[in-house]
Amino acid sequence: MTDLSSTPSNSLLTEDKRTKKRNAAERRFRAFGLGAILVSCLMLVILLISIVSNGASSFKQTYMAFPVTISQEEFDAAEGSILKTGAYNKMLQSALTEYLTTNDLLGDATEDDVKNMISGEAAADVRRLLLANAAVIGTEIDFNLLANGRIDGYFKGRVTRETAALDTKITGAQLDLADRMTEDGSMVTRFNWSFFTNPDASVQRPEAAGLGVAILGSLYMMAVVLCLALPIGVAASIYLEEFAKKNWLTDVIEVNIANLAAVPSIVYGILGLAIFINFAELHQSSPLVGGLVLTLMTLPTIIISTRAALKSIPPSIRDAALGVGASKMQSVFHHVLPLAAPGILTGTIIGLAQALGETAPLLLIGMVAFVKEYPAAYSPELGLFGEASTALPVQIFNWTTRSDPAFVERASGAIITLLVFLLMMNALAIFLRKKFERRW
Amino acid sequence: MLPLTIPFLATIGLATLGYFLGRSRAISVAGRDMRVLNALPHQHGLNTCFSTLLPPLAVMLVWALAARIASRKGVMLAPENPTLVYIILIGLAVAGLGLSMMKISRDFRARNASERWIMGLLIFASTVAILTTVGIVLSMVSETLNFFGQYDWKAFFFGTTWSPSFSGRGGDSQLGIIPLLWGTLYISFIALAFAVPVGLFAAIYLSEYASPRLRSIAKPMIEILAGIPTIVYGLFALLTVGPLLRDVFAEPLGLGDSASSVMTAGLVMGVMLIPFVSSLSDDIINAVPQAMRDGSLGLGATQSETIRQVIVPAALPGIVGAVLLAASRAIGETMIVVLGAGAAARLSLNPFEAMTTVTAKIVSQLTGDTDFGSPETLVAFALGLTLFAITLGLNVLALYIVRKYREQYE
Repeated sequence: MTDLSSTPSNSLLTEDKRTKKRNAAERRFRAFGLGAILVSCLMLVILLISIVSNGASSFKQTYMAFPVTISQEEFDAAEGSILKTGAYNKMLQSALTEYLTTNDLLGDATEDDVKNMISGEAAADVRRLLLANAAVIGTEIDFNLLANGRIDGYFKGRVTRETAALDTKITGAQLDLADRMTEDGSMVTRFNWSFFTNPDASVQRPEAAGLGVAILGSLYMMAVVLCLALPIGVAASIYLEEFAKKNWLTDVIEVNIANLAAVPSIVYGILGLAIFINFAELHQSSPLVGGLVLTLMTLPTIIISTRAALKSIPPSIRDAALGVGASKMQSVFHHVLPLAAPGILTGTIIGLAQALGETAPLLLIGMVAFVKEYPAAYSPELGLFGEASTALPVQIFNWTTRSDPAFVERASGAIITLLVFLLMMNALAIFLRKKFERRW
Repeated sequence: MLPLTIPFLATIGLATLGYFLGRSRAISVAGRDMRVLNALPHQHGLNTCFSTLLPPLAVMLVWALAARIASRKGVMLAPENPTLVYIILIGLAVAGLGLSMMKISRDFRARNASERWIMGLLIFASTVAILTTVGIVLSMVSETLNFFGQYDWKAFFFGTTWSPSFSGRGGDSQLGIIPLLWGTLYISFIALAFAVPVGLFAAIYLSEYASPRLRSIAKPMIEILAGIPTIVYGLFALLTVGPLLRDVFAEPLGLGDSASSVMTAGLVMGVMLIPFVSSLSDDIINAVPQAMRDGSLGLGATQSETIRQVIVPAALPGIVGAVLLAASRAIGETMIVVLGAGAAARLSLNPFEAMTTVTAKIVSQLTGDTDFGSPETLVAFALGLTLFAITLGLNVLALYIVRKYREQYE
């Protein structure tokens, strides 16, 4: 570039060596850029495919349908025994054996093979049904019973003949039986509604595990976060954006909020453990504590987006209000805030979505507990949102730590559920932004 | 806390009543001509409402805090007879109601009075942020001091072995932070080594080369990565990336047979960090004045030369800030590490070996049956405080750099 005399025969129409090199560098650079974008998008695609391929099957579940008659005497005897579900289990097993023999499906399956086809949870389901509806006692009922997790896995490709040969919990004869029952129509795989309504189940019964308690717990926590973080966040933003004078105190608050937004989430978990559980003695694993921790975590997000929304309202709006005699407070609450509302709402939804997916702090405040009962929103002893519960992301973590691969499938299914929730929230936020966005 | 429910509900009831009483009294004071009132009846009502509501609520808050602190020290502050407390609190509400009702007159400036109450509420809300920080620091400092009372601080900061005894009572626990810090930094380094080039190139391409159409597709796609919860990345590491790396690299190369490894956690964390680096860098590159681009292009530089020699140097402080923020994210990340990196504390250079981090150990020491007297549990608070200090330092530095840089071109 500097020494023109060194390239005397330079023509604009032919590329000399140096130009070639520079152009090649340009192309390389562009390729790197495009490559980086492709890598990012590819990662997203791989991530989603991996989760969906692992988890899609959890939305289906294998059930057995065969007629069972439980007489009044059998019912009374079972209710009188010590192991009530055990008694029901026996009845179901004998009913199944009877059904298989009469329909000539038994083949070479032994009695033990037949016994283990039914999930341990099925007996409890039947008992619940009988207790709730005494009229069915003594009549022939077509129950839909959960099949054992391995049988269920066979229909989803998780269990094959080869793995079954190595597995003590399933035999080839059982798989043959399952095939025959499918042909017969007494074993069906259909949509798994109970995945969304059942509580968690014990380690031996992955087929019965569901997200009911976790979804409910997450909903409770979101309610707490919404009720606390939105008003506090909006009030703090209004003060900082509209009223605060520039002094050391507001400086400290500003720096503080920027920092809090970047503090690792696990630190909030330690805070929750030390302050809410050890100091304030709120109940461990309760949605109230979870909600409070997530509130503190979400506050900076909401404050930052609310301040941006308030800042985008032009000063002429405030001036017009002040000009006709409104006080500063009135100009804010009557004019600026309603105009900023869509922006605030969008920020709040995004903050809530973040809170919904957060796991680490909840682990520390005991939300990993095994909870079988649906938590009530209010109980006289434990107060508002005080009953033990889990949350969606924590339930996912919980399932990944169990050894049965059926739980990995459940965990991936739970992630799909979680992502669908997040997608809906973000779509709502985008919709609100598009609908109400206003350029001044 | 429950004994406060009744006075709480009573105060709210009285305050609601106060609003209507104040309003109707203002109307009756005004007589026929509303214009003689200095403030609107609504504002009189609001003032009465706040005067009834806020003093008892403030007392309740202070009371609950004091009682809690006292009961920690073994003193019971709660009186035998809760009726006395009820009478004091409800009396306070009634007094507020009566006093503010008496003040209502034609000349009373109810708007200013009610706005002072609102202002107080706004200021209180904005101090919640400070209270949170104070809470974080206090909760960790006191337990950390407790920990250093039982365990030598030199052994904690300079110990190279991490092996807590599981009985929780034995004195043979070795709680050195060095292996954990090493795991944390190694994983963060791999994550950044992946995320910084990819994120930066993506940001450069999106802001300098991409057509509006590509930008409108690629930018949201990259940002989706930021919206995915970390537990999802954790499971991705556990199910897909870990086994893949083990089967393709670690086992053929004879570097180990563990699916959870530093590499697994680092790569997945790198994917998570791409949007942080790219969206922050994108903002910063867009803030570089157009005149600088035009000047460079006008002198005959190609676009990539302009970017490398003009735009990136101009945006460098901001990009460094973005990288520091991403580093702070990486160091504080928990779920990916818990699921992807393993549980063994190890000082090793092999990236295909399982190692563990500060955050993963906080989780494992504080979940399950914990005994808040043993050093094995308390060490989690010392780890937390160390983590907080490191990330705080990075954040403050990054925010300072970014802010300083923004001012440069404004």
